[in-house]
Amino acid sequence: MTRAPMMRATIEASLAACALLLGAVAPAAAAEEGGHGVHIERQTWSFGGFTGQYDKAQLQRGFQIYQDNCSTCHSLKRVRFRNLVEPGGPEFPEESVKALAHGWANKIVDGPDDQGKMFDREPKLFDPILGPFKNEKEGRAAYGAAPPDLSLMAKARNVEYTGTWWWHPVSMARDIATSYQEGGADYLYALLTGYGEAPGDMKVAEGLHYNAAFPGHQIAMPPPLAADSFVKYQDKTGSLEQNARDIAAFLSWAADPSLNGRKSTGWLVMLYLLVTTALLYAGKRVLWSKIPH
Amino acid sequence: MQHSSSYEPKSSFARWWDDRLPIMRLMHGQFVDFPTPRNLNYLWTFGGILTFCLAAQILTGVVLAMHYQPSGADAFNSVEAIRRDVNYGWLLRNLHAVGASMFFIAVYVHIFRGLYYGSYKAPREVLWIVGVLIFLVMMATAFMGYALPWGQMSFWGVTVITNLFSSLNEIIPGVGTAVVEWLWGGYSVSGTTLNRFFALHYLLPFVLAGLVILHIWALHVAGQNNPTGLDIKTKSDSVPMYPYAVAKDTVGLFAFLILFAWFVFFLPDYLGHADNYTEANPLVTPPHIVPEWYFLPFYAILRAIPSKLGGVIAMFSAIAVLVFVPWLDTSRVRSAKYRPLYKWFFWLLVISSIGLGYLGAKPPEGAYVIWSRIFTFYYFAHFLLVMPILGIIETPKPLPKSISASVLPGGASAPQGAAAAPETR
Repeated sequence: MTRAPMMRATIEASLAACALLLGAVAPAAAAEEGGHGVHIERQTWSFGGFTGQYDKAQLQRGFQIYQDNCSTCHSLKRVRFRNLVEPGGPEFPEESVKALAHGWANKIVDGPDDQGKMFDREPKLFDPILGPFKNEKEGRAAYGAAPPDLSLMAKARNVEYTGTWWWHPVSMARDIATSYQEGGADYLYALLTGYGEAPGDMKVAEGLHYNAAFPGHQIAMPPPLAADSFVKYQDKTGSLEQNARDIAAFLSWAADPSLNGRKSTGWLVMLYLLVTTALLYAGKRVLWSKIPH
Repeated sequence: MQHSSSYEPKSSFARWWDDRLPIMRLMHGQFVDFPTPRNLNYLWTFGGILTFCLAAQILTGVVLAMHYQPSGADAFNSVEAIRRDVNYGWLLRNLHAVGASMFFIAVYVHIFRGLYYGSYKAPREVLWIVGVLIFLVMMATAFMGYALPWGQMSFWGVTVITNLFSSLNEIIPGVGTAVVEWLWGGYSVSGTTLNRFFALHYLLPFVLAGLVILHIWALHVAGQNNPTGLDIKTKSDSVPMYPYAVAKDTVGLFAFLILFAWFVFFLPDYLGHADNYTEANPLVTPPHIVPEWYFLPFYAILRAIPSKLGGVIAMFSAIAVLVFVPWLDTSRVRSAKYRPLYKWFFWLLVISSIGLGYLGAKPPEGAYVIWSRIFTFYYFAHFLLVMPILGIIETPKPLPKSISASVLPGGASAPQGAAAAPETR
């Protein structure tokens, strides 16, 4: 046996040992991982995956929940009333949104007027959807914790991977292939349906509420929806789950209003790129066929 | 590679111009009839892909800068305005944010390709070192760019990374604090820091462009390496860059654009972090402060060392060590294709780097730390021990006689006409 193959055998053996070692440590690492994140169930969304688009009726129902329920505490300041009319959103008729803006309880502070005074006025289509509080401190003074703005909530939350480490790359590959971007909506749904009695051994602090999905399981927000207290739609139906699903969809739109256009443009771009790449490849094959390489 | 341009001006104006500024002659010589090894595989298309990435980042970046407000109060709002109110702002912003990740995917493929085929070895040392500088400037640019949306992860990422320089206090007391305050423009990370990061983020890409020109210049002096690692000896070893290499580069670029577009249109936020959709708040620390994915291996090295200064030194050394690779590798053979042992170690380096990337995103505790240390050890051992020792003790496989011998059936030399006038049948 010459030196090189012997060396090679040694190295192969060490590589195998490394792999074994990796396997031995794996369960320990996985067990540790389990304690960190909360497992959030994935939901089916009309806007999920690479073919998904918003469901106009769902966004309209979602807005109703925001209006009847969330807007008592939360603003939606990055969304303007006109966005509710624009394509790719709830697409309410312009006249009803004008009326909605006009009657919105939280007025716009404008000015200064000719006397140098600031004044309140009714919101117009181009104005943001404001909440009841002029600033964060006012919200905190009222509730102990300031109710956050909801415009980006669906993007600012995500679900953590909670499985084993060796499955992680597979899970990532699957998410990329199916273009999974709905972690925020999944989380919001889990949060809104996650209120309940704390498990026996857990003590919930004063003023906080138990929530299965919230990190740490203690949330300041009281349950906004409940099994016996939910928003009824115009056809008098509704349920906690349906409400949670619709508001999560609505907030997903609020955080990403260009999704419909983005995905439909995306398909044209992908089609163009696939065809062009195939043509270029065929051309390259023909060109190089005369050249050994 | 000595190579003179076969450019012939076709009009009297072109002749007049050529006598005064022979730029067409230069471009023709360097990018049309420049001899490229005939055996290049698709890994060699990443140079062109990277040039595209830089140009695309500059183009989208300049337009984004027209709508962006580099101040602590307005930065986050202006990025949201770009996403919501600027015509196709969502597209520009996705192209730029995803583009940064694609730039790094391409640069990592490019670097590992160089390491596999020994593209750093003589006479390409300077070419390689300029490449390491490009990598370093790219990382600085990306880091400052990630600060600009001024979300929670922007703010806390800047806080953590700039604070690393305070470890210099352990060498000379006071220096670290001075450097950090100089970077911040104050006593904490603030809008002032953001403002100077924006100025530098706009400047550095042009420094990059200059370095890229030097990189391509050095490449065109030495000529391209190739899968055999052999030099071009006869005319039949090469084909003219146009149309052959250009056709292949274009296929590679478009295939890469498919991946790029997939993320831009269907997964724009996958490579980012949800916390960055919350506006920067100095009073609330996110539970996990994690850098962008392309920094994770270096972040893991930083945290693998149990001392702050040591970690910082290790992290910067992980890049600095690359500068010495041309001299650390003692092998007489360039390409790992003919290095039966080195091949294994190369893949061990790849696994270590990916492993470090995975661990960089994990909390620094328990088994994660142990594995970070193992992989960090191998990362450095690969360059400082394996490369010098293996080159001496390894017996390389027999090399083909020439590039054309490696691709032609029977190893014969190509017919003379094949490369000289390949477009005529």
